[in-house]
Amino acid sequence: MSRVIVYFAHPGQRHSRANSAMGKAAKTVESITFVDLYAEYPRHDIDVEREQRRLLDHDVIVFQFPLYWYSTPSLLKEWQDLVLQHGFAYGHGGDKLTGKSMVLAITTGGSDEAYTATGYQNFPLRSFLYPLEQTARLCGMTFAPPYVLYSALQADEEGAIVNHTNGYTKLLNAFQDEIFDFAKAEQQATMTFSDLPIREKA
Amino acid sequence: MNDFLLLAFVFLTAGVVAVPIATRLGLGSVLGYLIAGIAISPLLAALGVDVISIQHFAEFGVVMMLFLVGLELEPKMLWAMRSKLLGLGGLQVAATTGLVMIVALFFGQPWTVSLAIGMVLALSSTAIVLQTLNEKGLMKTEGGQSSFSVLLFQDIAVIPMLAFIPLLALPELTDVSHGVVSTTGHGAEVALTGDAHASDGHGDDDHASLSLVDGLAGWQVASVTIGAVAAIVLGGTFLTRPIFRFIAMAGLRELFVATALLFVIGIALLMIVVGLSPALGTFLAGVVLANSEYRHELESNIDPFRGLLLGLFFITVGAGIDFALLGENFVTILALTLGVILLKAGVLFALAHIFRIKGADKWLFGLGLAQAGEFGFVLLSFTVASHVIPKPIADQLLLVVALSMLLTPALFIIYDKLILPRSAQKQEREADAIDEEGEVIIVGHGRFGGVVNRMLRAAGYTTTVLDYSASHLELLRSFGFKVFFGDATRPELLHAAGISKARLLVIAIDGKEQINSLVHHVRHNYPSVKIIARAINRQHVYDLYAAGVQEIIRETFDSSVRTGRSAFETLGMHPFEAELLARQFSEDDRHILQDMAEVYDPNIPLQENAAYIEKSRALMEERDAQIFGKGEAYGDRAESGWLPPSGKDVEALKANHVKTEKASHQ
Repeated sequence: MSRVIVYFAHPGQRHSRANSAMGKAAKTVESITFVDLYAEYPRHDIDVEREQRRLLDHDVIVFQFPLYWYSTPSLLKEWQDLVLQHGFAYGHGGDKLTGKSMVLAITTGGSDEAYTATGYQNFPLRSFLYPLEQTARLCGMTFAPPYVLYSALQADEEGAIVNHTNGYTKLLNAFQDEIFDFAKAEQQATMTFSDLPIREKA
Repeated sequence: MNDFLLLAFVFLTAGVVAVPIATRLGLGSVLGYLIAGIAISPLLAALGVDVISIQHFAEFGVVMMLFLVGLELEPKMLWAMRSKLLGLGGLQVAATTGLVMIVALFFGQPWTVSLAIGMVLALSSTAIVLQTLNEKGLMKTEGGQSSFSVLLFQDIAVIPMLAFIPLLALPELTDVSHGVVSTTGHGAEVALTGDAHASDGHGDDDHASLSLVDGLAGWQVASVTIGAVAAIVLGGTFLTRPIFRFIAMAGLRELFVATALLFVIGIALLMIVVGLSPALGTFLAGVVLANSEYRHELESNIDPFRGLLLGLFFITVGAGIDFALLGENFVTILALTLGVILLKAGVLFALAHIFRIKGADKWLFGLGLAQAGEFGFVLLSFTVASHVIPKPIADQLLLVVALSMLLTPALFIIYDKLILPRSAQKQEREADAIDEEGEVIIVGHGRFGGVVNRMLRAAGYTTTVLDYSASHLELLRSFGFKVFFGDATRPELLHAAGISKARLLVIAIDGKEQINSLVHHVRHNYPSVKIIARAINRQHVYDLYAAGVQEIIRETFDSSVRTGRSAFETLGMHPFEAELLARQFSEDDRHILQDMAEVYDPNIPLQENAAYIEKSRALMEERDAQIFGKGEAYGDRAESGWLPPSGKDVEALKANHVKTEKASHQ
């Protein structure tokens, strides 16, 4: 069984629907580690040693956040800057994360059409995530395709959000049970609740 | 009683009138006192006052001064001075004595008288020189330190001199039977010296009354002497603390003064009893206590007495000048005085050259020590009593000594006006380098100041802490902090702690009035020192703001805000949201406080301050609108940054995109 940790980063949770629902669901997945970064570090004073210990204790690292200006909320960036130290995550002797996986669970305000060459975002979503993807690579981690909810602000609370949240639970369980098909996933640009690359449970 | 009051009134009036005038004219306090003494001398003569006996009493000021000097000198500093002390001091005394003796021989005096005169004139005036150096802030310069070394050596040298003088007694003058002179045992000599040194005018006749070592064998005297010195060192090290803690329990200011006086007088008495110099004994005690947390407290308690006694001493020097005798031999005595000054200055300049003392320091050293001193009076009266120097010669020498002391301030004025301007820059740089006080003074080391001190020390800043809780301080001392006992609202203690050189003053005591008076004192006297002050409440913030303090920290505000934040969290609010609300609240409150502080005027009662009332009404309305209008005072502002865009925003983006696409296709 793989050990999974979810880092949830959302500074405005009072106004959040999709991410709140996802967070609530993730929290209830058995034997998963759930970290609300803004709750643990409301003053941005990240405990680097503790975070590095957490990384060592887990195999699959999930970052769940709303896409803010094509990037992570600021605290998650701060977390990367401090926790992914050289000598730990990369560089000389920095092999502590090798073989682990990084997974992004993101929500976007724009629709899937917006993230195309003809849409108003002009580029496919993955191209905005290159910094994170390369971060994973540099640390010797597998980078799975992001699990995405487009048009999250218009998402129907009874329909799209429920489906997306159920898919999220399924995905996290699949990582734990090691039935996530990394090979198949590599063929996909993104994942949604309807096309999760999961094998049948053995 | 009436006599005493009258006398005190005369002396005090003379000092209070003459000294401010003299300092205003740039002559220094010493000359002021001397002039005051000259002015009242006819009056004293008319009243039949025994000026000399008052002078002996006032000499105790010198003892106190050496105690204070000792307090400033840590043992390791004294050790570092040893070569100067012995080299400079020893050579100065030896060379001056020798040269004066040769001159006296040339004038046809017998060798015994010449040697005695040499010793009398070799000594300089510790009282005048140290007082002047302190007043001008020159103590820590090279010249000041060198002068001090020589003075200290002289003070020590007085003891063997007093022992030696009876041996010079002229056979033809000793026809009056004199027990002391006929006794050749070492013990008797030591007893005599101690007694003579502490002489109160007529002590020379009943010297045996106060001696422990009279009639003891040499080795016994030695062991008693060593025992006394050991008692001072050990007592100073181990007894001060419990005694002061005991005193602190009573919580009375005057008890501290009494204790400090008791210390100094007790030590002086012990020294007299075992036949050592009281000045030396108290100096030693001062050195032992230099590392103590009670150092500044002792300093500020003794200092006023030292000042008064020394002032009295200088007045008596002025008053003691025998104008009749001076008038008769004016030219001779003036010539002798100038000769003595020239000779002494010559020796000093030669020594300065040998010891590589340069520039302004050389001049300070050479001119400053060129007079004869108060110990000269002591030696002279002793030489007469011991029948070494005939009375007529001694009377003339007395005038020479007094006149040379009278001229000393003039020599310092020469140094100030002629020498210093030429090397002013150099002097300034040197003074900076010897800065040894903490760069930050923290007043109050309780719950508030303690944290500040720990933070500053952890970051590598040097701090000087003043606090009024004895037991608390001992604990801190044991952790190796530089903490001192005392009430920092007293200006002299703050001065002793080095406020004039500090970069920052952190006021962490409680008590609104104490904080205010401290702020006013420091703002007024040391405007360049930055202040961070603790405020007790809002009203106090206004007071401090009006007093010109920029950094005002409300003592419980930050913890109250944190408590509010914890309450938010406990009630289920997301910690980050709670943090944002707390920040917003603090910011708002600080803003309001600043607005109110600007319209506050400590001289106008609040209910009459129209601007203040208007402002608070406006702010109140603003606040009410927020609370009752939106249901939340500051929530929306705090959260607005994280409010997601709406569907309208997305539509606008799409429309904009379509427009630009079309434009690029055309």
